[in-house]
Amino acid sequence: MNNFIKGEKHDWEMVIGLEIHAQVKSNSKLFSSSSTKFGSSPNSQVSLVDAAMPGMLPVINKYCVEQAVKTGVGLNAKINNYSVFDRKNYFYADLPQGYQISQYKYPIVGEGKVTIDFKDGTSKDIRIVRLHLEQDAGKSLHDQNPSKTYVDLNRSGVALMEIVSEPDIRTPDEAGMYISKIRSILMYLDTCDGNMQEGSLRADVNISVRKPGDDYGTRCEIKNLNSIKFIKQAINYEAKRQIEILESGGTIEQNTMLFNTSTGKTRPMRNKEEAHDYRYFPDPDLLPLEISQEEIGKIKSSIPELPDELKNKFIEIYKLSNYDASVLTAEKQTSDYFNESINSDPELKNHAKIVVNWITSELFSLLNKNNLDLNNSPVSPENLGQLIKLISTNEISGKIAKDVLEDMFSSGKTAKQIVDEKGLQQVTDQGEIAKVIDEVIAENPKMVEQYLAGKDKLLGFFVGQAMKLTKGKANPKMLNDILKQKLNKKN
Amino acid sequence: MKINKNTINKIARLSRIKLDDKESEDYIKDLNSILDWVEQLNEVNTENVEPLSNISSSILPKREDVSNDTNSSEEILENAPDKLEGFFAVPKVVE
Repeated sequence: MNNFIKGEKHDWEMVIGLEIHAQVKSNSKLFSSSSTKFGSSPNSQVSLVDAAMPGMLPVINKYCVEQAVKTGVGLNAKINNYSVFDRKNYFYADLPQGYQISQYKYPIVGEGKVTIDFKDGTSKDIRIVRLHLEQDAGKSLHDQNPSKTYVDLNRSGVALMEIVSEPDIRTPDEAGMYISKIRSILMYLDTCDGNMQEGSLRADVNISVRKPGDDYGTRCEIKNLNSIKFIKQAINYEAKRQIEILESGGTIEQNTMLFNTSTGKTRPMRNKEEAHDYRYFPDPDLLPLEISQEEIGKIKSSIPELPDELKNKFIEIYKLSNYDASVLTAEKQTSDYFNESINSDPELKNHAKIVVNWITSELFSLLNKNNLDLNNSPVSPENLGQLIKLISTNEISGKIAKDVLEDMFSSGKTAKQIVDEKGLQQVTDQGEIAKVIDEVIAENPKMVEQYLAGKDKLLGFFVGQAMKLTKGKANPKMLNDILKQKLNKKN
Repeated sequence: MKINKNTINKIARLSRIKLDDKESEDYIKDLNSILDWVEQLNEVNTENVEPLSNISSSILPKREDVSNDTNSSEEILENAPDKLEGFFAVPKVVE
């Protein structure tokens, strides 16, 4: 299987790399004590340092450094004992310093990799080039006034981790899976809240196209995408645009693009000729950042179980498939829920696959319908465990269990309460089931004749009739077995 | 390296400084003499020497992650030539 795009003369392949910007989850900013809280009134969290008043000096936040190291470890990356802060110079209204403090030549974290898992059970490594610490910029509002731009500096100086990938990504889906995986790792580590809507996590996408096997083509960079959906849309649009240019004999101009979320199109930014003249140089206000092996060791030992470790554990203990296990561990709240649910009863360990299915299909679809997520699920992990135990011990059928779950969801009652109150226990009494089957057979002599004449499909009809009579409560397997037995006896 | 009219225009644009012809000429002269002076350093062999980023031998001081809860809005906007409802108001930046 390949992921090529059909062209006029030959196939095309996308080559994609991502620069992910993740805000460090901290109380105060990278170089000042202002709060990082989202959504406060404009310019209420701006210190004299953030506003770049003359004579102010940056003092680094120790916790932010530790979070960057932690993230580096989570990305299986090399942590650099020595890194340097540089000034990246550019002129923009929401950057009062006239430069962003970033890391250029010596980043805090070096090469690493993350793994993405496909539905078909295969996986792929995406290599990380580096992670560096830098300041976030303020926010500009352009659409409030025809002649003014409004600037809010609350975000100015918040710590960002920029995570740069190698151009190892080949499809929009892979790009989506890669950013989901990074987000998942960040959230397990608790180093970033992962909130893409609030902009805590956003990405720049570098994309070029080539004839498979050729060298990399000229790339364009699409700036500041804040949802996985937009990332995929932007990549699709930009790849198509580049292929059209190349197929009509043109060449790609290296450009920085903006993505318009309402039209779904990319367009080049203005002032592009100056876009890459950042005149980096070491920030004279900051000494190099040195971290000892001992400090790194201490941070390493504080790291919780990460999605990949947890995934392997689930595969080993519960014999789950790679894909099931990766779905389960993609979000910490899902793996926590699964853990609590499966550990609520020792019996459930043998029915892990059923537990996964009930969480990821039935419960998820109910939550989706009601705009809820696992954190505020009306069905607790223990109660779901109890429901699954009722299924696994044949007390209720899977079909009835779906109704019970919906009832649990809306009423907040436990599975047992609902089953008892409504008398939903599965009928597993041989005699009782046999009696119902006799009734069905007696009432439908014509059908029986046709069945015996070879119309096997009619078996479903008899099952349906018998189920109807037992209000869906008959054990399906027993019903099937007894029915076949009885019909065949007639032969 | 020599600074010419093009370089000076580029530096001025990057710095958002408007220069008239007379000023440009003056700056070309000034910057070139500074560069000439600095270029004497080329006589020193710096191969395999890392650039010096700071002359202090002390260690980067760090702070704890504690935020202050003061509302800075009034103080921070005090010198702003133009403001509206807590925002700085600047000439429209079109992008």
